[in-house]
Amino acid sequence: MIVMDESDISFFKDGLRLDGRRADQLRPVKIEVGVLARADGSCYIEMGGNKVIAAVYGPREVHPRHLQEATRAIVRYRYNMASFSVEDRKRPGPDRRSQELSKVSREALEPVILTNFFPRSVIDVFIEVLQADAGTRTAGINAAAVALADAGIPMKSMISSCAAGKVADTIVLDPMKEEDNFGQADLPIAMTPSGDITLLQMDGDLTRDEFKKAVEMAMLGAKNIYELQRAALVKKYSQMAEQPAREDVIVRD
Amino acid sequence: MSVTSVISEIKKDFIYNLLLKGERIDGRAFDEYREISIQRDVIRKAEGSALVKIGSSQVLVGIKMQPGEPFPDTPNKGVIITNAELVPLASPSFEPGPPNEVGIELARVVDRGVRESKAVDLEALCIVPGKQVWIIFIDVHILDDCGNLIDAASLGAIAALLSTKVPAARFGLGEDYVLPIRDIPIATTAIEFNDVLMFDPGVDEEAIANTRLTIISTAQGNICGSQKSGAGMLKPEQIYRIIDIACEKAKEIREKFLEA
Repeated sequence: MIVMDESDISFFKDGLRLDGRRADQLRPVKIEVGVLARADGSCYIEMGGNKVIAAVYGPREVHPRHLQEATRAIVRYRYNMASFSVEDRKRPGPDRRSQELSKVSREALEPVILTNFFPRSVIDVFIEVLQADAGTRTAGINAAAVALADAGIPMKSMISSCAAGKVADTIVLDPMKEEDNFGQADLPIAMTPSGDITLLQMDGDLTRDEFKKAVEMAMLGAKNIYELQRAALVKKYSQMAEQPAREDVIVRD
Repeated sequence: MSVTSVISEIKKDFIYNLLLKGERIDGRAFDEYREISIQRDVIRKAEGSALVKIGSSQVLVGIKMQPGEPFPDTPNKGVIITNAELVPLASPSFEPGPPNEVGIELARVVDRGVRESKAVDLEALCIVPGKQVWIIFIDVHILDDCGNLIDAASLGAIAALLSTKVPAARFGLGEDYVLPIRDIPIATTAIEFNDVLMFDPGVDEEAIANTRLTIISTAQGNICGSQKSGAGMLKPEQIYRIIDIACEKAKEIREKFLEA
């Protein structure tokens, strides 16, 4: 294995990043809605080199039953990485990192899900990271939010997620693998379109001002992603609207 | 379910009504910590240890070290492994068994502070490059959960590391020496409830709040880690306010307890 450290990499060339982006530019994003037949809602997302698929099942009965909540649905979130998604094979199954990510990702989505509509039930969100290239948790949350909407789960708003980082003393949007590994900080956030933050993590080294700048930059990135999530949902459901309506749909008051 | 404690609606209302009057249940100011005490070297068999109390919360952190293999991508660096055990003696809501997500998050946030601040000079822990390095086990034992375990555990970890002696003699690697520590990261945690920010939440305050934000800052006053926890929302302005107070509080704690 080649061992590198920060000093071996030059992150900027002619003011542009390793992949030709500006500091405040996202990697290309592709979002597809309803990619799985069995799930109640699903979404496939590509953010740069990340390929992530999300499925939502529910609201459905809770097993084991002691997890039931009398006044609301519980939300479960499972972030899972495929063994082949990273350079060195990842041992299959949950590790501590994926359990922490599952917890914070679930907490990023829960504030907008109207769980009180479905007492005693569960909404399951499953994330499979098929290919990882820094930013899998944010890609997972973006896909999950779209899959929840696709499943018809009532939500107060969308959730969009994006990270900012620091490389060569510069705050950059949406760090890629090299920038994440050898950079100076990583700060992922998730938020509603109106700017309420539901996920915030950080590691590395930032001054207070840099921290604020990174939050602001990540928020701008998340805003852009929101537009793409919305467009992807509109695309699927406007196509459906053009088809003749089914007569067996019961509309309740 | 999780380790959030059971709290009655009446008590919730009580805390809430006090908040509206600008008060906390134990009379503290919103940015005031409970009394902190740190006892170091409480466990003789450990390479380093610290018993931290914040109010009635008690956390014991023990450090053990042994030689082992480095990770292939960092052949000349020592290894840090952080674990946290929420043992059932510490709270009616803790259960025996493998760590749940709350324990895992706690361990990973403590680890983040130590690792990202580069408090331990990992390169100084290399014995034979690529073959043998020192492995540091930071084991966090929660003894009494009266709220704000993250701050107590993080404080315990750095206090224990500051008192750690590398047990070189025991492994035939020369004389014991003091573990070199280069920074003192301090975690400070606030909860948000109805636009009120409260630092060092007690267990009942934790139970009513949806959101908690931990900021870990270094001796330089920079931020080396943060973690939002709980299914709630924070406005950016609230985050910035927490950061500003957190860095000040961390400085006070560091100067009072760890820089002697």
